[in-house]
Amino acid sequence: MIRSITRQKSEEEIDRLLDGLGRVFILGCGTCVTLTRTGGDPEVKAMKERLSSQGRLVTGEAVLPVACDNLTGEALKEYGRQIDQADVLLIMTCAFGVQTIARQLKKMVVPALDTLFIGKESAIGQFDEICTQCGTCILGETGGICPVTSCHKGLVNGPCGGTNNGKCEIDPEKDCAWTLIYNRLKELDRLDSMRTLQKPRNHQGEPSPGKFKF
Amino acid sequence: MVSSFKEALESGKFVVTSEVAPPKGTDLEKMHHHIELLKDKVDGMNVTDHQSSVMRFPSLGGVLVVKEMGGEPILQMTCRDRNRLALQADLLFAASRGINNVLCLTGDSVILGDHKEAKGVFDLDSSQLLAAIRRLEKGKDLAGNDLDGSVSFCAGAIVTPEANPLEPQLIKFEKKIEAGAEFIQTQAVYDLDNFREFMDYARQFPVKILAGVILLTSAPMARFMNKNVAGVNVPQELIDEMTSAPKGRALDKGIEIAGRMIKKIRAEKMCDGVHIMAIGREELVPDIMSAAGLT
Repeated sequence: MIRSITRQKSEEEIDRLLDGLGRVFILGCGTCVTLTRTGGDPEVKAMKERLSSQGRLVTGEAVLPVACDNLTGEALKEYGRQIDQADVLLIMTCAFGVQTIARQLKKMVVPALDTLFIGKESAIGQFDEICTQCGTCILGETGGICPVTSCHKGLVNGPCGGTNNGKCEIDPEKDCAWTLIYNRLKELDRLDSMRTLQKPRNHQGEPSPGKFKF
Repeated sequence: MVSSFKEALESGKFVVTSEVAPPKGTDLEKMHHHIELLKDKVDGMNVTDHQSSVMRFPSLGGVLVVKEMGGEPILQMTCRDRNRLALQADLLFAASRGINNVLCLTGDSVILGDHKEAKGVFDLDSSQLLAAIRRLEKGKDLAGNDLDGSVSFCAGAIVTPEANPLEPQLIKFEKKIEAGAEFIQTQAVYDLDNFREFMDYARQFPVKILAGVILLTSAPMARFMNKNVAGVNVPQELIDEMTSAPKGRALDKGIEIAGRMIKKIRAEKMCDGVHIMAIGREELVPDIMSAAGLT
């Protein structure tokens, strides 16, 4: 399953965003941010404690089942009074949740998290970005590994000079996508696919912002 | 117009190129000094493009300075900071000002430099930039539109002969040649046995190869490169040799080693020449050349 991967903003940034706002309602989400431990019940409670210790009034808190769902509006009705009393909603969900909530309520929203990427859980507690929804899929030529996403520079013609023992020049924890692709294609006896000089990519497969209707 | 660098490459002589690094700022005095010192000694001078992703005076400006001073410039262009419109536009400008040599690079990540929050572009990669040059030469831009006035470049690229794993690097090397690279300046090589092996493979391609030589300035610098620079492998014997230098004489030892390597590469006709990188100590390039018996 794909998940929205988030990281909590620094306390300094959250404090700056809440400057002058004394009454806060906190929202978390029971889905992705619960799994990544960035906006589930324990994190919401810890945030409540921190804000209270700063002398702010926490008018209430809630962990919505799926913050990005259109039913979130209904779920929020239950907290109408507590939300009305708050100056601001501090939202510990991904940006999909923040925007869904912002559409439902006439209230200032402050995100407590940064949304990093849409990731796939590759091991327990580990998530990797494997698709950036570029709109021009080339997985058929790269052995099913996406260099647009998995190569830091999004290169489609093979590794750069920074590739280092199978790792990326920006972080020894990150794999060089082109080493992975090379190994895969070699295993499949399809290295010819890597030898084809690829044209410059179409960066406007779906000009942003994306929109889809059927 | 055929560049004198291209003539040198085709002449069969042992070609020597070096680098000049533009300043961080507008004070060009040091760069002028390096150009003055080198312009009559080397066959081409690469002007680096925000080397290591550190913002500097532009390479396009630097090559004009080299040209004005009577040197033969090689314009380094990375794909890190410009999209295909800007890269093509800069190539048109370069051609209009008599800049005839281009080295095409993908470029380091911005994260490694001094503007760590900048957007890395990489709209094209090094092989696609080479292909773009060949297309401009045919009078068309990358969108297929006709150009009014043409360009002609001696275009090159780089390769890392000590990359690990090596084969993906070699596949890319072949794609660069297919895309139109006429010359290759390699990442620094120190193990000449490995380099000889690389050349046994590379010689089959129609491309001139200049071996990269980086001046070792101290044993810690050599160890630093081994640890931090991808594809650079300074063998332990060379590090020991640097360590053995008397106090304060490490640089002389580095010059001696670089000179000895160049001499060997030339004597054995391993490749078509060398690209000497002194990384900020360009004033020492003439010393390296004389240690190599080139002057």
